[in-house]
Amino acid sequence: MSLADKDRIFTNLYGFQPWNLKSAQARGDWDKTKDLMSRGQDAIIEEIKASGLRGRGGAGFPTGLKWSFMPKEPRADRPSFLVINADESEPGSCKDREIIRHDPHKLIEGALIAGYAMRARAAYIYIRGEFIREAETLFAAVQEAYDAGLLGKNAAKSGYDFDVFVHRGAGAYICGEETAMIESLEGKKGQPRLKPPFPAGAGLYGCPTTVNNVESIAVVPTILRRGAVWFSSFGRENNKGTKLFQISGHVERPCVVEEEMGITFRELIEKHCGGIRGGWDNLLAVIPGGSSVPLVPAAEIMDAPMDFDGLKALGSGLGTAAAIVMDKSTDVVQAISRISYFYKHESCGQCTPCREGTGWMWRVMERLRTGDADISEIDTLYDVTKQVEGHTICALGDAAAWPIQGLIRHFRPEIERRIRENGGALEAAE
Amino acid sequence: MADAPQIPDEAETRARWGAFAWTKENAEKAKAIIARYPTGRQRSAVMPLLDLAQRQVGAETETQGWLPVPVIEFVAAELDMPFMRAYEVATFYTMYNLAPVGRYHVQVCGTTPCLLRGSDDVMAACKNRGMTKGKTTPDGLFTLTEVECMGTCANAPMVQINDDNYEDLDYDSMVRILDDLAAGKQPKTGPQNPKRHTSEPEGGPTTLKEMVKANHDYRKEW
Repeated sequence: MSLADKDRIFTNLYGFQPWNLKSAQARGDWDKTKDLMSRGQDAIIEEIKASGLRGRGGAGFPTGLKWSFMPKEPRADRPSFLVINADESEPGSCKDREIIRHDPHKLIEGALIAGYAMRARAAYIYIRGEFIREAETLFAAVQEAYDAGLLGKNAAKSGYDFDVFVHRGAGAYICGEETAMIESLEGKKGQPRLKPPFPAGAGLYGCPTTVNNVESIAVVPTILRRGAVWFSSFGRENNKGTKLFQISGHVERPCVVEEEMGITFRELIEKHCGGIRGGWDNLLAVIPGGSSVPLVPAAEIMDAPMDFDGLKALGSGLGTAAAIVMDKSTDVVQAISRISYFYKHESCGQCTPCREGTGWMWRVMERLRTGDADISEIDTLYDVTKQVEGHTICALGDAAAWPIQGLIRHFRPEIERRIRENGGALEAAE
Repeated sequence: MADAPQIPDEAETRARWGAFAWTKENAEKAKAIIARYPTGRQRSAVMPLLDLAQRQVGAETETQGWLPVPVIEFVAAELDMPFMRAYEVATFYTMYNLAPVGRYHVQVCGTTPCLLRGSDDVMAACKNRGMTKGKTTPDGLFTLTEVECMGTCANAPMVQINDDNYEDLDYDSMVRILDDLAAGKQPKTGPQNPKRHTSEPEGGPTTLKEMVKANHDYRKEW
């Protein structure tokens, strides 16, 4: 079982060839887009549903189902919007960047088709501010599409009017949360909104809005061209298709690569990354889906399938499929503590448990790192993570809590060892 | 907060920036930016306009640029929004500099994926050049900031200096980049590892090998 190059969607992933419209068309993008659209809006949504595509931004919500929540007959004074989430900021993730700078036309064509299917008037692509060169490419690619008549009035001669706009962020991880992104697009601080109302009811400018990840949108044209059956022939039940995996950390050769969902971690690393640095015996743990998901110890991850359900079964998650690999030279407490610092830095400050909790958790993590703590504080910390988790408007609180919970669950002896070696306060007191 | 920027003296900045207005070129750009949003929703343009303003300040001061209060006031007035709403935005997002920075804003990523691949060495290269986190060097050349994940984790560790990324760094390549910049030369951007083009595995891709040489059309094999 191995994904063949002909079944890879992002053929210019590494940018060996130009991103421009002419080259993209030679690779098959924008090929008879009009015909794809003429299948009709409901037929497109049904095809995407049948393909089993689940959102690629982390939560894994079925994409076709999400689109079907949009109003079938938008009112003239309340147009629908598609917002494309290119605010890729999850530590470990670096896939949307490759799509945008090397294959932007897949995204733009996908935006038109998805926007049409959900009856949207326009798409806003929200790209993170730090992707400066990538945004330049995206702006230029959108302009190319306009100049070729593929966007705007009568887009791609389909008879449908559709605009695509690019909006640059300015450095706030939280804007990757869909309602924070909408706030930010409206020119405000990116602080998440309470749900309900959900964006499909009242989103951007109070209008029906769907927020989709870059990868979810960019795969749509290919799925329609090749059919739901083709896409769903990859992966396991409920975890279909191909996926961009991003491997960073202690492998011989870190990379981004498109593979079949459900590929085992071992196969992924052996095939594309040249193995673990120092061999498989040297593997300590892996954060399999970007910083928000709990780490998984070596023994459990080695032969686990890399998909939503496979990793959920290990108490972790696929997230954005960004695997952060740690070998035995890693100070695992420091690695997680640095993630805690990240969440402290990125908390938007709206909800008290997160605003205060992320800083508190980080400070305790730093003391656990050096062992300057009491053994009982491990339980206190775990308890606090449980109080942050689920008690905030958005999932940033959960994301800050889970890595720490994962660490305590799997590496408690290591934390205790440090405290003891440091002359643990508890023992000294006894 | 100890690491909060030191906002410069108000009277001084007002004297220097009170008369801020778009250059002719930027006035055109601002118009095009506002046109991206529906009528009456011009406030959506506050982020791109603040960025444009910061760049204009940068061009005038030969630095990465920053946002003096009078400049934020100008942007707010352009969009017919209260100053405080624009100021809120400027303080919320990290890419707006609230205090002057040097010619090169050296932003070293220190988040876990970079940490695992040696961002400490990159930081050491900066520190050994006399840089301090959150400060500008006395010659006004470099401002050092440790930033959070920049989304190039498969090419860690990395640094973003003004508009460009430098990836696959180690101590020596970071020293070289800083030397080049100090000498007024433009270093090669992107991966510093000569065996990598972008984010493929070092030494060449394991997939899509046809694409290296030619713009291969895989549809024929469908």
